[in-house]
Amino acid sequence: MSHANDITSVPGRRRFLQRSASLVFALGNTGMLSLLTLTAADAQTLAMAPRAIGPNSLDSWLAFDTAGNITAFFGKMDMGQGVDTAIAQVVAEELDVDVAQVSVVMGDTHRTPNQGGASGSSGCRQGAVALRNAAAEARRVLVARASDKLGMAADQLVVSNGLVQVQRDPRRAVSYRELIKEGFATELDWNKRYGNALVVSGSAKPKAPADYKVVGTAVPRKDITGKVMATTEYCHHVTLPGMVHGRTIRPPVANAVPVSVDESSIKAYPDARVVRKGDFIAVVANTEWHAIKAARELKVTWSATTAPFPPQQKLFDYIRNTPAASDSSKGGFGGTPYDAAPVLAAINRASKRVEAEYEVPFQSHARMGPSVGLADVKHDAALIYSDTQKPHDQRDGLAKFLGLPPDKVRVIWKPGPGSYGRSDADEAVFEAALLSQLLGVPVRVQWMRHEGHGWDPKAPACVIACKAGLEASGNINGWYFHAKGFSGWDVYFNAADPRDTLVGQLTGLVKADAHNFGAPVESYAFPNSVKFWETVPTFLAKASPLRSSHMRAPQEPQVHFAHESFIDEVAHAAGNDPIALRLKHLHDPREIAVLEAVAKLANWQPRTGKEPKPTGNVMKGRGVSLCSTFGGYVATVVEVEVARDTGRIWPRRIFVAHDCGLIINPQALRTTIEGNVVQGLSRTLYEEVKFDESNVLSVDWLSYPILDIKDAPEAIEIVTLNRPDQPAGGAGEPSHVTIPAAVANAVFDATGVRVRRLPLKLPKLA
Amino acid sequence: MPRYMLLIDGVKREVDADADMPLLYALRGELAHKGPKFGCGLAQCGACTIILDGTATRSCVLPISAVGAAKIRTLDGLGTAGKPHPVQAAFIAEEAAQCGYCTNGWVMTTAAALEKNPHVTDDEIRTMLTGLKCRCGTHMSIMRAVRRAADAMVRATADTTLFTDATREA
Repeated sequence: MSHANDITSVPGRRRFLQRSASLVFALGNTGMLSLLTLTAADAQTLAMAPRAIGPNSLDSWLAFDTAGNITAFFGKMDMGQGVDTAIAQVVAEELDVDVAQVSVVMGDTHRTPNQGGASGSSGCRQGAVALRNAAAEARRVLVARASDKLGMAADQLVVSNGLVQVQRDPRRAVSYRELIKEGFATELDWNKRYGNALVVSGSAKPKAPADYKVVGTAVPRKDITGKVMATTEYCHHVTLPGMVHGRTIRPPVANAVPVSVDESSIKAYPDARVVRKGDFIAVVANTEWHAIKAARELKVTWSATTAPFPPQQKLFDYIRNTPAASDSSKGGFGGTPYDAAPVLAAINRASKRVEAEYEVPFQSHARMGPSVGLADVKHDAALIYSDTQKPHDQRDGLAKFLGLPPDKVRVIWKPGPGSYGRSDADEAVFEAALLSQLLGVPVRVQWMRHEGHGWDPKAPACVIACKAGLEASGNINGWYFHAKGFSGWDVYFNAADPRDTLVGQLTGLVKADAHNFGAPVESYAFPNSVKFWETVPTFLAKASPLRSSHMRAPQEPQVHFAHESFIDEVAHAAGNDPIALRLKHLHDPREIAVLEAVAKLANWQPRTGKEPKPTGNVMKGRGVSLCSTFGGYVATVVEVEVARDTGRIWPRRIFVAHDCGLIINPQALRTTIEGNVVQGLSRTLYEEVKFDESNVLSVDWLSYPILDIKDAPEAIEIVTLNRPDQPAGGAGEPSHVTIPAAVANAVFDATGVRVRRLPLKLPKLA
Repeated sequence: MPRYMLLIDGVKREVDADADMPLLYALRGELAHKGPKFGCGLAQCGACTIILDGTATRSCVLPISAVGAAKIRTLDGLGTAGKPHPVQAAFIAEEAAQCGYCTNGWVMTTAAALEKNPHVTDDEIRTMLTGLKCRCGTHMSIMRAVRRAADAMVRATADTTLFTDATREA
């Protein structure tokens, strides 16, 4: 059994480099030594103290060993789309080294700067900028050293594969390896921000995109081989010496609290014991199987409660009829004032009105593996292993929860079972930390499947009302968009506050009252337009299995499902082609370009509303939708087949036109878009959290179906519009957002039936 | 606690465990395998898949006491870095993974099926893989990878070096 020994931090970079050099020497230069090897060695002797990570220090971003290998320290994480490979490409490009020489360390709070973790498709869009600037500055410093050494002006030198050569006399050369002594000791300009907004730059000017050799090429993803050959160490694999296993106990009724616990009910497992604090109950045991069985068999008497939830069939009425808790003039990032009255007045004057309401249920993150966390909490320090998207924020939350200074808590990120927002990833780790603090031994907590579905934070349910007025000419005279749903910040999007965890709330913390939803931001210039949102109070303020949070492109699949469906409805009412109507009202040339590109890719035939009714059992239709968000611009056409006899909707072919600015890795981008599309199809056609008045009923893959491979499309055709003149934008979310409306519009095109509720379901059609 | 002798990837291993403990916990725990994953514990997702006497099997619901003398193959032993199994080679070539947590299930299920019969149509690929879960939505690249693996294995049918007894029977 492999044990993680990196309980302590590496020492300062200077010391690390000395050690690295001496070890390489002692081992006869066997190549790159992993940092974990070094930290394991250091772990035996060094007290736990944070390495000073100053974003303004170049040494915080890049380390070279004497074999010429380079480590980039990245404060974001890859969730499986290949961001670390993109970072390696950017670093290799600026340094003029082989990309294979660059390894990327992600998300270790003692070793990587706080760049905000995985967040808002920002890995390349924001995270790569710091690494690019740092690498460019590193090259400048190294070339300056080479200039001194070779006695040639820097502008007479060229770099190739880490070798600095005199341009006119390439035999005169010195390698980066020889120029690295004790790091850079170079200051960077830093904007004094942490998280996504962190920016650093040096005096070096990064390369012009026209000179790129590595960026823009399909470098094989660094993570794939380990995942396929079973050598990748996931968070689920990590163990610590002396570790015990924890399992948590959930109430049968969501708001019930434990009254008493019969510990004799698990006496069959002598290594198991019950741990309780407040309303939090767990079982720990020496073996994982005993922890599972003891948790299953433990007899708990729960309090009698009133039903915490309405019946599920009243969900959307609850949203419609409940007074708003907040709205877009007060909540969100800053708040936006609005006045709907003049818009509604204009629509009421129109010669024709179009109105529709769209409904989206709660959806589950439903990660492939349920939440896991490993914690070793001492009286003065803590070591944590987590697959969270945001380890620096989680560190801050754990520090508050444990009563430790943040710099005494080290969170080490390890790959996990995907994560697309504030999932359950931040839950088990807080529970493990509490148990470890109480018991004084390392504790690994892993949730069971029923918790992964039943107790993760959910994508918020909503009802969205849209209205438009059409003049006799067919022109639009007013446009109204009103989203009302549960807050996307009911559980905040990072774990910097333990109030936003189940165990925090179960041990007495009161969750914050934070509100956010969303409205579309495309550049349609509809006259008299108002787009706003309201939130409703959560059903259950404490430790609710229906608490809501960010899930991939937070709230955007919901609001774009409504908005891009409604544009289709208006186009139909006006007798216009849905692409032509969009183009008529768009102004951003990049939105126009992707829409025109997808029309061409799909060989779109303009609709007039007078198409003949389909005959036969299989009805075919096509729908379009558009989204621009997170620096990505996407238009999608979905072609569906609907079986009249069963109502089955099969999205057979998908066409995507995608512009995310500069493309760093076209192959990783392509598979990222495919994943966006397929997960989007799953949310569109299959996913709905079921609940009754007592609790969530979707507790596994049978009660929460997702897309199966037999229902996957036949083809996803993608055209990427590369824009090297534009900064790299986001690709992890924008295409996902286009899917629900594109499918709904295609279903309407095929059948004449407008479905306004997700997941889209059709009855048998006569 | 009884002791079980297991034949895993051609190596005899001994594990002390309760009779009802699913094999997965032995593989993931004491034996420190990284291939089979805990996904559901309910045989619903396939992340825990092993090949048991030639048949893809969900190890999360297979009691260790029921394994007996059956030969267990895991992703950890399916191929080596120098000589990956053709299914692994195809998944790497197509970059058919995102988070990779489910990859074990797809690779092992595909390997068991294609070793019996690599002559599969695209529809048959969908059928043989139905029920496996992938949350990241990598289904398109998985289908490309399985197609690539099947084609390679058909081409190599005459070439026994690809199918040594070690990879077929271990």
